[in-house]
Amino acid sequence: MSWLDFFRGRRQPASAAAAKERLQIVLSHERISRDGEDFLPRLQRDLVEVVARYVTVDAEKVNVSLERGADLSTLAIEIELPGPKALKRAS
Amino acid sequence: MAEIIVVTSGKGGVGKTTTSAAFATGLAQTGKRTVVIDFDVGLRNLDLIMGVERRVVFDIINVIQGEARLNQALIRDKRVDTLAILPASQTRDKDALTKEGVERILDELSKEFDYILCDSPAGIEKGALLAMYFADQALIVTNPEVSSVRDSDRILGVIQSRSKRAEEKRPPVKEHLLVTRYDPARVEKGEMLKLDDIREILAIPLLGVIPESESVLRASNTGTPVILEPNSVAAEAYKDAVARFLGETRPMRFLEPERRGLFARLFGGRAA
Ligand SMILES: Nc1ncnc2c1ncn2[C@@H]1O[C@H](COP(=O)(O)OP(=O)(O)OP(=O)(O)O)[C@@H](O)[C@H]1O
Ligand SMILES: [Mg+2]
Repeated sequence: MSWLDFFRGRRQPASAAAAKERLQIVLSHERISRDGEDFLPRLQRDLVEVVARYVTVDAEKVNVSLERGADLSTLAIEIELPGPKALKRAS
Repeated sequence: MAEIIVVTSGKGGVGKTTTSAAFATGLAQTGKRTVVIDFDVGLRNLDLIMGVERRVVFDIINVIQGEARLNQALIRDKRVDTLAILPASQTRDKDALTKEGVERILDELSKEFDYILCDSPAGIEKGALLAMYFADQALIVTNPEVSSVRDSDRILGVIQSRSKRAEEKRPPVKEHLLVTRYDPARVEKGEMLKLDDIREILAIPLLGVIPESESVLRASNTGTPVILEPNSVAAEAYKDAVARFLGETRPMRFLEPERRGLFARLFGGRAA
């Protein structure tokens, strides 16, 4: 830091460190999936298929969310199942 | 019915993605339900600029190919609840982007949103043509520099002849000029094209002038649309442009170089 920076004061926290961290996370994920085929659509289809063997599944009621992290990513697949009331109505 | 707005330029790197993120966020902040779509298949960047890169699950190509529903691919913004982002694919081939597919997505989005912004890739190839094809309005992002002005003129010609509105002989796409990375100090020294020169040459209505500003880099580092940055002249200029787009009259600002004394230069840093 030059003496000029000292006088100006560091009013804004340096943002370049945030840029590096974000890039490292997103690129580490992208490099893994670069050559491989995009597996999420197939994973979702297979999961819904398995669940549908046991209960009725509405394709509109399937939600997938992903949060990528440095050490850990969370993939959540939420399948809303019809309750007993809805089933009774259907029959 | 939603209003479809393309953000385009012909030339690369002039500020389309920065503008798409800022403008979409600004519109959404006024309560308008807004979605911003990345059309840059293979080189997606809007997710990074919007700071949602860790939450991308599906993308526009997955939706077009029927592998995911639109609602699964839309990322809802955590800062502004009327804002959503539809990312481009990073891995798929550009040819997967089809006119029919894009039309289906726009039709479905039209039911839920007031504004649909399309962040165009550079050039006048397929991605750029599809981004502008269904547009009702166009933001022409132009830098005060010869090749950018020429490319803007070229893309205006493309919009006027090859958009859906032109093909169907409906009222033309409404064009807006947005001059970005404007550096008044260099304009004053005669090193950069003046605003009036650009207006005279392109001859379309001026929506705003966004000054060259350090805060744009800071915003992209942290994944914040620049319009949300505090103490930023670029943010102020984008807010003005959004207000004008919605019908307000606001004077143009930041067209003159800052005149500052030694004290301000020592303590104030450069244009924020
Ligand atoms: N007002 C501004 N002040 C300073 N830098 C800016 C400004 N607007 C954009 N930039 C910078 O210019 C570069 C290009 O911006 P951006 O990615 O938005 O352009 P683009 O037109 O989307 O590019 P591409 O054609 O590659 O998609 C980025 O580094 C961005 O930070
Ligand atoms: Mg871009």
